[in-house]
Amino acid sequence: MNTWAYILVTALTAFLIRTLPLTLIRKPIRNTFFRSFLYYVPYVTLAVMTFPSMITAAGKLPAGIAAFVLGIFLSYRWLGLLPTAVFCCLCVFLCSLL
Amino acid sequence: MSEKRSAFLRGCKNGIPIAAGYFAVAFSLGISMKRAGITAPQGFLLSFLNHASAGEYAAISAIGASASLLETVLVTCIADARYLLMSFSFSQKFSPQTSLKDRLLCGFGITDELFALAVAQPSYLEPMYFYGAFLTAALCWATGSVCGIIGGTLLPERIVQALSVALYAMFLAIIIPQGREDKVVAGLILLAFVSSGLLAHFLPQLSEGTRVIILTLVLCALAAHFFPRKEEGR
Repeated sequence: MNTWAYILVTALTAFLIRTLPLTLIRKPIRNTFFRSFLYYVPYVTLAVMTFPSMITAAGKLPAGIAAFVLGIFLSYRWLGLLPTAVFCCLCVFLCSLL
Repeated sequence: MSEKRSAFLRGCKNGIPIAAGYFAVAFSLGISMKRAGITAPQGFLLSFLNHASAGEYAAISAIGASASLLETVLVTCIADARYLLMSFSFSQKFSPQTSLKDRLLCGFGITDELFALAVAQPSYLEPMYFYGAFLTAALCWATGSVCGIIGGTLLPERIVQALSVALYAMFLAIIIPQGREDKVVAGLILLAFVSSGLLAHFLPQLSEGTRVIILTLVLCALAAHFFPRKEEGR
């Protein structure tokens, strides 16, 4: 399928998600289940996107596992987005030299 | 008129630190775009219109896997679901006189960081202030993706491969610190890793997008049912 079609469809979907509540429903949500659900969504979504794709993205399995473990360790130590990313990239690069 | 102009410029200035951070994330998205066969103009538009890391990553995976448009819409909804919540609370920041056009345009600009910037404003949000911040950040975001796509073409394969884990590392840096603060989130992350790994291994015919949709719906519904969040004081 045409890439432009995907771009159009995702852009339109993202636009509607961002603007519908803002324009139609102008009251805050009170439903605890719905609020809790939306609170948990980004964590599960990003976790599923990260594993196992991160392992396979690195090319070799040991390099991927090393980068994944390092990434968890560094972000657990509050290293921040950019430093964590830099060290994980370095880790995969060094593994590829071995 | 000059009041609007000064609000716009103030927004641009406050958007600069956000833009700097966006460049790096967008660059690593650009590397993934290159791998999915997305060209630089396509990447620029995809990034400018979506301006969402998880949402764009979902879109890139869908394009790379030639997924159906329905699956693409569903996975975009899941990946961008948090903006729905932000949009609800964002609506409280507008004065009742705000026009529909301004509401739509500001809503279009919602991202995690810009939302935080907007709600940090002491009174009603000035749309011009938000436009300044959005344009600065979003143009940098789209440019970063283009640089990633071009970089992915020019750099040697070994370096591109190393750079391709950057995005996932950033995802980890977003979720893991929250897991440290909130034990339920920590358990959810672990459960998501394990179930995603098992599904990918035993049901490889299931696309990544479908995996994201199913696991997010199931795990978040379970978490929301068994561990409902107390009402925040907003």
